Amino acid sequence: MCKSVLQCQHQILCTMEGESFTDINGTPIFLDCQSHSTFCREFTVTSPKVPVTKVIVFTCSIWLLAYAVFLFTEDTVVLTSAILITLVSMMLYVHLVKVEQETLFIIGSLGVQMSSSYASGRETTTFIELNKIKDIVINEAIYMHQIIYYLCVLLKDPSDPDAVSSVVPLFQLFCPPTLERTASTSPYHNIPAYFQVSGLNQRSPLQLTDKSLQPEL
Amino acid sequence: MVLKIFYPQCCNLANSGLLIGSWIQGHNSAVVLAVVHYPFIPGQVKRYIQQIQAQSGVKLSVLGSWSLPSEAEKGVENFLRDLRTIFPQDRWLQISRKMGQTGFNCSILDRSQPGKEAAQQKATEDEDDEDNEDDEDEDDEDEDDEDEDEEEETEEKKEETEKEETEKEEEKKEKEETEKEKILFVHYDQRNVMLSQLHPIQTEELDPSDSELRQVFQIVSLSQPLFLLDRYDDGPLKSTHWQSGGQEASIIVELLKMASVPLCLTISWFFSVWSRICSFCSNSRLLHLLPLNFLCSKLSTCVQLSYRSDHLRALSSPKTAVGHSEFMRKANVLVSILVDMALGFLLMYWLYSDNHISMLANALVPAADHVAKELEELLQWLMGAPAGLKMNRALDEVLGRFFLYHIHLWISYIHLMSPFVETILWYGGLSAGLGLSFALALLSDMVALLTFHIYCFYVYGARLYCLKIYGLSSLWRLFRGKKWNVLRQRVDSCSYDLDQLFIGTLLFTILLFLFPTTALYYLVFTLLRLLVVVLQGILHLTVDLINSLPLFAVALRLTRFYRLAEGVKFSVLCDEPDTPLHLLMEINPLSCASVIKTYRTPTYSCYPKDSWTNLVKKLFVGELIYPWKHKTIKTD
Repeated sequence: MCKSVLQCQHQILCTMEGESFTDINGTPIFLDCQSHSTFCREFTVTSPKVPVTKVIVFTCSIWLLAYAVFLFTEDTVVLTSAILITLVSMMLYVHLVKVEQETLFIIGSLGVQMSSSYASGRETTTFIELNKIKDIVINEAIYMHQIIYYLCVLLKDPSDPDAVSSVVPLFQLFCPPTLERTASTSPYHNIPAYFQVSGLNQRSPLQLTDKSLQPEL
Repeated sequence: MVLKIFYPQCCNLANSGLLIGSWIQGHNSAVVLAVVHYPFIPGQVKRYIQQIQAQSGVKLSVLGSWSLPSEAEKGVENFLRDLRTIFPQDRWLQISRKMGQTGFNCSILDRSQPGKEAAQQKATEDEDDEDNEDDEDEDDEDEDDEDEDEEEETEEKKEETEKEETEKEEEKKEKEETEKEKILFVHYDQRNVMLSQLHPIQTEELDPSDSELRQVFQIVSLSQPLFLLDRYDDGPLKSTHWQSGGQEASIIVELLKMASVPLCLTISWFFSVWSRICSFCSNSRLLHLLPLNFLCSKLSTCVQLSYRSDHLRALSSPKTAVGHSEFMRKANVLVSILVDMALGFLLMYWLYSDNHISMLANALVPAADHVAKELEELLQWLMGAPAGLKMNRALDEVLGRFFLYHIHLWISYIHLMSPFVETILWYGGLSAGLGLSFALALLSDMVALLTFHIYCFYVYGARLYCLKIYGLSSLWRLFRGKKWNVLRQRVDSCSYDLDQLFIGTLLFTILLFLFPTTALYYLVFTLLRLLVVVLQGILHLTVDLINSLPLFAVALRLTRFYRLAEGVKFSVLCDEPDTPLHLLMEINPLSCASVIKTYRTPTYSCYPKDSWTNLVKKLFVGELIYPWKHKTIKTD
C-alpha cells in the first residue's frame, strides 16, 4: 500500500510542476519540489521580482507631486523630504514586505521547517518539532469574493494532548484560490499526503477534509 | 523509523577511534560527544566513562566506532568492529568515512543479529579492499587533490549555501540491502550548542517524551567535564572534541572572578552594618514620633534606595548563580547598576562644571514666582466672567480669595527658602553619584514638593465638588420621591413630609445654581493637577526603564547570539542518492523583543491603577484620583 501511494504521489508531483499557479492577488508564482531523501522533502514557492516599471512609476509620481508642491511653496524641504520618503519606503518594502521565496522543509521524524527569504536577503526561519505537531491540514478561508486554500500546521496543546492549541499557516505568500470547491484540486493536496505517508505522523488519519478552523495569525 | 545521529562538526576529520556519546531516551537518536583514539586500553576507557558519568550526570556510553583511515592504518576497521565484543551495547554504530569522499558510511549492528551483519560487512569489506587498493596508488595525488578540492568546494559552497564548512566529496552508500533503518546525520557546532540556552526556559527535569532537541542541548551542555581532556594532556586517553586543541579561557574573566570574592565580602559586610543601623533606628522610640515609615513609602527616592540595596545585597551574596535564569538576572542587575552610576557621574560632571548649579538655582525662584503669578491671573479671570459664563458673585469671591491667600502664603515660603536653594541643589546633585535613577527620583520628589499648593487646591476643589455632586444626587432623588436604602444598597421609594420636600427642593435649587461655579474651579485645578501627575509619571517611567532594561541580555544577543536560542534551523549538507542524508543544525537566535520580554528585571513599576473609563468616571464624580500606583516587588 505504501509503495503504490508513493508512486501516485510521485506522479502527482511530476504533473504539478508543469502547472502554473497564482496567488491571491493574481501574480504568477512558481512551485518547486525537491526530494532529498525518502523522508526529507523541500517545497519552494518563488515569486517574481518587482518589475522595473512599477518602481519607476512609483518614484516618478512621488517626485512629480513633490515638485508641484515645491513650485507653490518655494521650499526645498519638500524636495528633500520627498527623496527621503521614497528611499526609506523602498528600503522598508524590500526588507519587510516583499517575500521573494518561501520554503517548506519536511524532515522525517524531526519536524517541519518554514523559512521565508525577503528581497533584501533577510531570512526568517521557524522550526516546529515533531512532538508539537498534531497534523498538517489544508484549511479554507473566505477572502473577499473567493475561497482560498492554505496549508496550516495544527499544534498540540501542552496540557491536553488531544486539543489543538494553535493553527500556524505556512506559506504566507502562497494562498491559491480555486474555482472548484474541493481541496483536492489545489496544489497543496499532496503535501499532507506526503506528511502522512513518510511516517511523520502516525497517530491521526489523513486530513484532507475542509476544516473551518479559525487560525491565529 | 529513522535513526538520527547528532554528530559534532569538530570530529569530521578526527582520526579513527571509538565514539563516546549518549542515546536519547524516548527517541531513536544518539548524540556523539567525542572520539577516543587508538591506541587505548578498553578498561581505561570504561573507567574514564564512568568517571565522567559521575561528574556530569549524563548517561554516557560507547556508541560505536569511527574510522577515517589514513594510509598508515589499514585494517583498523576490522579491529574497531571487533571492539564491539569488548563494549557490549544493544546497538553498535559503525561510522566510516574515506578521505577524499563526502558523506559517511554507517551501519548499525544490533546485538541480536551478529551473523547477518558480519556477512554484510564482509561483502562491503571486499569492496572496500578494492577501493583501498585503488586508493593506495592515488594516495599522494589524493592529498594534493584534496586541498584543491577543498578550495573548490568551499567556493562552491559559498555559492550554494551560506553556512557550510565541511568538505564534500562523493561516496557510495552501501545500505541497499535488507529492511535497514534509514540514517540521518545532523551536524552541530559543539561549542555553540554547549553554551546555548533554549527558550522558553524549562527548569524541570526533562522526561523522555519531551522535545528531542532540548535533550540534545541539555546533554551537550552537561557534558562539560568530557571536554576538559585536551591533546596536551599526558593521560592514557586521547580524544577529539571542540576543546581538544587546548582549553579556552579569558584572563580578564578569571582575574575578575578572583577579584570578585573579596569585593563581595566587603559589600555584604557593609550591608549587614547598614541593616543593623536601620533596625536600630526603627526600634528606637524617638523616631516613632516622626511618621518616618509613611514618608519613606511616599518618597520615590527612598523607594529607589531600598530597591537598589536589595539588588546589591542579592548580588553580593557569596553563592554563585545556579542555572541560567539566575545568572542572567544577576548579570543584568550588575550591568544596570554600573550603567546607572556611569550616567549619574556624567550628570554630576555636567552639573558641577561651568557653574550650572548656580544657574539652575537662580532660575528656580523666578520660575516659581512666574508660576504663582500665572495662577493669580487665572484666579482673577475665574473671579470675573470666565469664557463668558456668569458666575455666582458671592461664591466666586469666597473661593477666589481663599485660593489667592494660599498662593500668597506659598510665595512667601518660596522667598524664605531662596537663599538655601543653591545649597540644597548642590547636595541634591551629589545623589546623582549613586546613579541617574536616584537623581531622577529626587527630581520627581522635588517637583511633588514644589507643586504641593496645586495638590492642595485640587483637593479642596475636588472635595467641594464631590460634596455638591452627592448633595445634588440625593436631593434629586428626594425630588422624585425616592430614597437610597443603605441596607439594601438600592433606591427605594419613600413618602416624605411636606416640610421635608419643601426644604429639600430649596436646597436642591441652591446647589444646582451654584453648580457651575464649583465645577469650573474643580475643572481648572484638576487639569493643573493632571499636568503635574503626567510630569511625575514620565520621570517614574524613566526610572523604571533604567531599572528594568536587561542590558546584559541585549548585549549578549548582539554579540554572542548563539547563547540565546529560540530554536534551530536545518539546511542540507550532503544529499547524494546512495549516502545517508547530512543536515546542518544551526541555532536560531531569539528576537530582540523576546529577549527584553524574557529578561526584564521585575521592579516596583508605576502603572496606571485605573483604566481610562474608570478614570473619567472618577473625575466626573469628584473622587480624588491617584493615577499611579506602585507595585510591590515580586519575589520569585
